[in-house]
Amino acid sequence: MKRWDRRLDDMSDSAAVATHCPYCALQCGMELSAAPDSGPDSGEVLVAPRAHGDNAAALCQKGWTAAELLTSPQRLRTPMVRASRDEALVPASWEGAFGTVAAAITRVQAEHGPGGVAVLGGGGLTNEKAYMLGKFARTVLRTPNIDYNGRFCMSSAAAAANRAFGLDRGLPFPLGDIAAADVVLLVGGNSAETMPPFLRVLTAPRPDTGGLIVVDPRRTPTAERARLHLQPTPGTDLALALGMLHVALVEGYADTEYVAARTNGLADVRPIVMSYWPERVERITGVPVAQQREAVRLLATAGRAMVLTGRGAEQHAKGTDTVTAFVNLALALGLPGTPGSGYGCLTGQGNGQGGREHGQKADQLPGYRRIDDPAARAHVAAVWGVDPAVLPGPGPSAYELLDSLGRPGGPRVLLVFGTNPVVSAPAAARMEERLADLDLLVVADLVRSETADLADVVLPSAQWAEEDGTMTNLEGRVIRRRRLRPPPGQVRTDLEIMAGLAAALGRGPVVETEPARVFAELGRAGAGGPADYAGISYERIDAEGGVFWPCPTPAHPGTPRMFLDRFATPDGRARFVPVEHRPAVEDVDAAYPVYLTTGRVLAQYQSGAQTRRVSALVQAAPGPFVEVHPVLAERHGIAEGDDVRVVSRRGVAVAPARLTDTIRVDTVFMPFHWPGAGRANVLTNPALDPTSRMPEFKVCAVRLEPVCSAVGSALHERPEAAR
Amino acid sequence: MSVVVVGNGMAGTRFAADLRTLDPHRPLVVFGAEPGRAYNRVLLPELLAGRLTPDDLALPEPSGALDLRAGVTVTAIDRDRRVVCADDGSRTRYDALVLATGSRPVVPAVKGLCRDDGSLVEGAAVFRTLADCRRILAAARGARDVVVLGGGLLGLEAARGLARRGLRARVVHARGHLMERQLDLDASRILTSTLAGLGVEVLVEAATVAVVGDEDGRVRGVVLEDGTRLPADLLVVACGVRADIGLAVRAGLRTGRGIVVDDLMRTSDPAIHALGDCAEHRGQVYGLVAPAWEQARVAAGVVAGHGGTYAGSRLVTRLKAPGVDLATMGDPHVRDEATEVVTFADPARLVYQKVLIRERRLVGAIMLGDNPSVGTVTQLFDRDAPVPVDARSLLFARPGTGPAANGSPGVPAAGDTLCRCNGVTAGGIATAWLAGARTTEEVARVTRASTGCGGCRDTIEGFVAALSAGPAHTPAPEEVVA
Repeated sequence: MKRWDRRLDDMSDSAAVATHCPYCALQCGMELSAAPDSGPDSGEVLVAPRAHGDNAAALCQKGWTAAELLTSPQRLRTPMVRASRDEALVPASWEGAFGTVAAAITRVQAEHGPGGVAVLGGGGLTNEKAYMLGKFARTVLRTPNIDYNGRFCMSSAAAAANRAFGLDRGLPFPLGDIAAADVVLLVGGNSAETMPPFLRVLTAPRPDTGGLIVVDPRRTPTAERARLHLQPTPGTDLALALGMLHVALVEGYADTEYVAARTNGLADVRPIVMSYWPERVERITGVPVAQQREAVRLLATAGRAMVLTGRGAEQHAKGTDTVTAFVNLALALGLPGTPGSGYGCLTGQGNGQGGREHGQKADQLPGYRRIDDPAARAHVAAVWGVDPAVLPGPGPSAYELLDSLGRPGGPRVLLVFGTNPVVSAPAAARMEERLADLDLLVVADLVRSETADLADVVLPSAQWAEEDGTMTNLEGRVIRRRRLRPPPGQVRTDLEIMAGLAAALGRGPVVETEPARVFAELGRAGAGGPADYAGISYERIDAEGGVFWPCPTPAHPGTPRMFLDRFATPDGRARFVPVEHRPAVEDVDAAYPVYLTTGRVLAQYQSGAQTRRVSALVQAAPGPFVEVHPVLAERHGIAEGDDVRVVSRRGVAVAPARLTDTIRVDTVFMPFHWPGAGRANVLTNPALDPTSRMPEFKVCAVRLEPVCSAVGSALHERPEAAR
Repeated sequence: MSVVVVGNGMAGTRFAADLRTLDPHRPLVVFGAEPGRAYNRVLLPELLAGRLTPDDLALPEPSGALDLRAGVTVTAIDRDRRVVCADDGSRTRYDALVLATGSRPVVPAVKGLCRDDGSLVEGAAVFRTLADCRRILAAARGARDVVVLGGGLLGLEAARGLARRGLRARVVHARGHLMERQLDLDASRILTSTLAGLGVEVLVEAATVAVVGDEDGRVRGVVLEDGTRLPADLLVVACGVRADIGLAVRAGLRTGRGIVVDDLMRTSDPAIHALGDCAEHRGQVYGLVAPAWEQARVAAGVVAGHGGTYAGSRLVTRLKAPGVDLATMGDPHVRDEATEVVTFADPARLVYQKVLIRERRLVGAIMLGDNPSVGTVTQLFDRDAPVPVDARSLLFARPGTGPAANGSPGVPAAGDTLCRCNGVTAGGIATAWLAGARTTEEVARVTRASTGCGGCRDTIEGFVAALSAGPAHTPAPEEVVA
């Protein structure tokens, strides 16, 4: 028996198992144990915080209460199948469920070709599952149509980092470097609510000369902890970045030696940036000139400085260019690849980093390789034991994939693993229509999410405490998720589900179900690629408290800090990329005069499929709301708690008003975690970034209408313009 | 269909770039009277201040092939044949002609300022082009005293830039207060103090009657109306500009103070457009870059056949001088019964604010000094959006200055959330304390307070200490929320 197996056995015998939180990319360390007075296989599970790496022993409310879902009556325990769309989902056997799915896939592929079937994955899946899902799609289903919800999350920052540095690892340095930095510029991130324990790093004690600078249209709990808060108009971060680089160049803050030695392309960027003088930028962004200058001064005169971006900067139809503009600023100041300084993006989902490396992305093969690269195809095909010619080419991005479902030429069967697009995709009402046009919708999930509710076949999958695997956290550290106990009843792991489907299709056995063996295979498939895990093993992760990729050989120490000597570009230099500001795709006008921006609250996670089923979290954040500035509220006759109709060109949402002066007067905010009348993503704009295919979640134009009792019945009516 | 642009300045290049975006393949000829590539005139004061070099000012070239005739002046337009004639002897046909000829500096009639041929004497320069800047900088080398004639936007920016180089700068302004179109007297006084702190002395109601030169004809000083003599080894003339309409006048186009255009930016000849400093739209000649760029976008749309109309620009003026924060917009001089005027002046802190409101819309504003709300006010004005009922929030809002005052609010009420990450209220902690938890660690073990971001640790510690000090101040315990 291998060493890690023995260790695992030791763990399950003992009271506690060391693992990580199931939610965000911070992946706080946790210790799980069975409650003393309950059975070992089905009873309550206790959670305790555990220090790990640069993370202190800390948990937010989501982490503390994560185990509640293990024993929740709301979790799925058996496969469910519905005979027709008019009938209810009823319990079924695995054989029956697999048979239904396999029959539909076989029929659709015979009629429409391999592309008739599509797969949607998620950034919460372990590396093993993300890898296997890509392999399953390409070799079992042979479809190009696979993408994942990280497209709605990390794609803009990834695209910008790839073109600047030749490689995308969210944070190319450990968390400890952020804690030790003198100044941190955080653009569009509200860590106090999205990953609370990260605040320990972000607001670590700093000398008087430094501190935290936050860019956000809202004075969030994170912004309240900042030394300086810049509060731009939604959709204008790009102009702000150009203006800050302008100030840096004019005031002589550029690190000319670094620029000369380690970068290319400033000459192409300079003429554009010169047209963004701070007074012009003030008029575009609303950020006073004095604050722009102060932010640049703080950043440029710090000994160690960091520029970090979050979804606020990235979830736009110009998100890639916005991140690029902030990377350009960081490059001009000489930060990336300089010890203690740098640019990084704060990955959102638990395995948002690993999830984008191993091949569940439409254009990718394992190891962060491109699927249109013949050498990459040959390497991966050899590991998979197939002819490279059978591997499909790149497929459409997540939103485009969803939008093509059931249309002529589009997929007719969709398999969903670990995501809930009915709540999390933009223009969500349109997504529901697409799903309804499918021949067969299959959802593997822990609970009956809003997407599972629409499915023809629902497959119950194991939870985080019931499976082994690896996650790659926001700093690029590969860590272990460890199993406390097996899943209850008929519940299977996602790997077992994929293996079962492959067998039912008669196309197995290509799906390995033992996570450690999958990880080893993943290492071989990704070997030599940009995200090289070949030298990482479960044993090493256990022994070293995680290993940073790239780690090409067992003797390699891993790479906590990247780019210290060279960037991953052909000539080793980072690239300045010229970008121009452009307005939001949908700007405010007379009919829709208010900006809507969306985001998260502390006690909920993503589409809320998990957190909305945990009682303490429901109590803390029971439902949707609309944040409105008192001045805007007064203009509309809206009082605290009044239901407000928020109307965009795509739909209507209704939620109670929350009056606060922490938001701009011209902007309202809605969290996007909830389905039903208050579903924020009914309103959002599906306009896509030309490079990353990221939808414009963070800004669209709306109007507000107070809800009178007379129209209360028309909550779900859609405006004329949406037709 | 070929397009010819006369003028390679801020407006002309912007038009060319916008047209290229809309119509990438249209043949495009651009004439620029100045030599070299297009540059950013807005940044010239930074050149005077020594913070930028001429190379830094280059504007981005429009994408695609461009027939740029730099250093070539268009001398005539043959409208019948649709041909422009230039001083290099060339004749160029156009289907659409765009005039972006800009403006020329006004040189006042001051004794001793000009030579017989009309050129300025040695040591004196206007402040308009890159070449002017080079002249000023050449003269500034070794100079000690600079006098700037004219206390408008450009004069103040020039004086500030040169003062930054270490010159003793004096602004001589004939009127009663600075920037008289954009400021009132009170604002002018505070601005004068601000400038004094930056090494720029301002003299108002000071008409210059003569320039004094040495035997070589070099500037040595100026004489004011009251007989005061100011030393100067550099004289910068910044007495305003006039639209450059000579070409249009000769071509018989309709002109007023500028070349008259309609809402499609067309002149009286529909094949000819005009935009930027040389254009007059609805009686208005702007002389600022933002309106010029808005006009360029409309003109490009019209020429490309995409349509679009120009309805005038909102006038926002921002002094671009480091250390001086001044924004003015609209008309700050409105005085009628329908207009509500709110002012705040704090001369000691060099702050002056004035907003003028009519029918809940801003019609004008002056924001001088430390004004964190300047961005909000500018955007409200730009969008013609309704202002808050209480206009004071426009003056005193302080967005963006953190951290918020979260000092010690005294004893919290039972329902107050002390630990946000774990939703723990003061009542929850009191309950834990009553049950025997006496330290922050013990409270954390029971309630999870402070185990998230850790930011509330001091608050919890203080609250636990207060509980231990005496129960008189403790709130009623309640259910532990977490």
